[in-house]
Amino acid sequence: MGESVLLLVGTPKGSFIVEGGPERDGWDVRGPSCEGWPIHDIAVQPETGALFAGGGSPWYGATVFRSDDRGKTWNQSSEGLTYGEEPKLKTVWNVGFAHGSIYAGVEPAGLFRSDDGGSTWSHVSGLRDHPSRPEWQPGNGGLILHSIVGHPTDPAKMWVGISAVGTFATEDGGKTWDTRNKGVRAGFVPGPAPEFGQCVHKLVMASDRPERLYQQNHCGVYRSEDEGRTWQEITAGLPSEFGFPMVAHPRDPDTIWTIPLNGAEQGRYVPDGSAAVWRSKDAGSSWVRSGGGLPDENAYIGVLREAMAVDSLRPAGVYFGTSTGQLYGSRDEGDSWSLIAGNLPPVWSVEAAVLPD
Amino acid sequence: MATIVLPRSLLQLFPAAEHRVTLPGATVGELIQGLDQRWPGLQDRLCDTGPLLREHIKLFVDGEPANLDAPVAEGSVVHVIPAISGGAAGHAVARRQRPQRAGSS
Repeated sequence: MGESVLLLVGTPKGSFIVEGGPERDGWDVRGPSCEGWPIHDIAVQPETGALFAGGGSPWYGATVFRSDDRGKTWNQSSEGLTYGEEPKLKTVWNVGFAHGSIYAGVEPAGLFRSDDGGSTWSHVSGLRDHPSRPEWQPGNGGLILHSIVGHPTDPAKMWVGISAVGTFATEDGGKTWDTRNKGVRAGFVPGPAPEFGQCVHKLVMASDRPERLYQQNHCGVYRSEDEGRTWQEITAGLPSEFGFPMVAHPRDPDTIWTIPLNGAEQGRYVPDGSAAVWRSKDAGSSWVRSGGGLPDENAYIGVLREAMAVDSLRPAGVYFGTSTGQLYGSRDEGDSWSLIAGNLPPVWSVEAAVLPD
Repeated sequence: MATIVLPRSLLQLFPAAEHRVTLPGATVGELIQGLDQRWPGLQDRLCDTGPLLREHIKLFVDGEPANLDAPVAEGSVVHVIPAISGGAAGHAVARRQRPQRAGSS
């Protein structure tokens, strides 16, 4: 049986499915689907192969779409996707999976879970019951829960990232949550780093080493070896502390990729207009720039937090989409790059999945 | 019985639904509840929790602006219309401003 690689692209004008073979040397672009709704994230549930897309329409509200035919047709449901009368849900920012359940991270920040394949949703209310919640403030992108990281073997454990609020973890299935920000700087507030309020941009887990987490933050890049209880900064060697996406290798816990941008207040594009992905093969102790095949000059592109992905093939493919609608890919773990699609809408998210034909 | 006219963009989400639907109901809200019984989930697209009409959905009963509580008469025609909006980056409608953490993203 053959395999297909699906790149799932979320944009403000709907979702796009980019499909190629395992050689990853040719791609077909389909879309837009999800009826043109702004889609912040699309992902494949590992157990079922179903696609789930989260987003929000200015007219019809927040919802999660499901497709069982690789994006050809979609259903949607937001039953239970509500806080009650206030606050009103604006959009779904992230969809994730853990131990058979589907999770949705939303704006204003909170977490919802579906145990019936996305037909109905229930609020994981313990997170918003955290005593810090009245002090949560939105960042530039809003008060958004954008990262959902489940534990591979322990269903009671999960981590989430909330922009301008920080990382939280539960060890009791979502009933209670603790802040996990110790060692992470918050340079935009005076004084020592607070318990919460750090601006995590993307949170990922190392492969086969669930105690190790990585994050790209507004203020640097970090690694934790103790499930996020403490963090060590690994920014040294990168051209900037600022960036949005981060992905981890599917098999090597020491390999990660990020795309530094020139700075939070400097325009948020790749440094000097020269596009590059930076890779570490030693858990962040050192970084190597990879720009082969990417535009070397006059490329004032940005890459958002959900817009980078890695596939599970050997060698791993790495992909990212830009805020100006280009989708790039590497089939050699980031050694070289090529343009996959050049005229998409602004890319909000990219996910990669390898599915049987 | 009254007739409710649904926007094309909503029908894309509910392919089995009809553009013009005639059904019983004393208010606009009851008509929308009737639609939801036929096509589950449709009310959630028009109404937020409350139920409250979503901010950028407009209702007209026999040509007059209306809300969910508006009465409908025998033979009334109710139009559901997405409001005109656009021009802003990202979402097409202006967001209510909230205090924002300085310098964060």
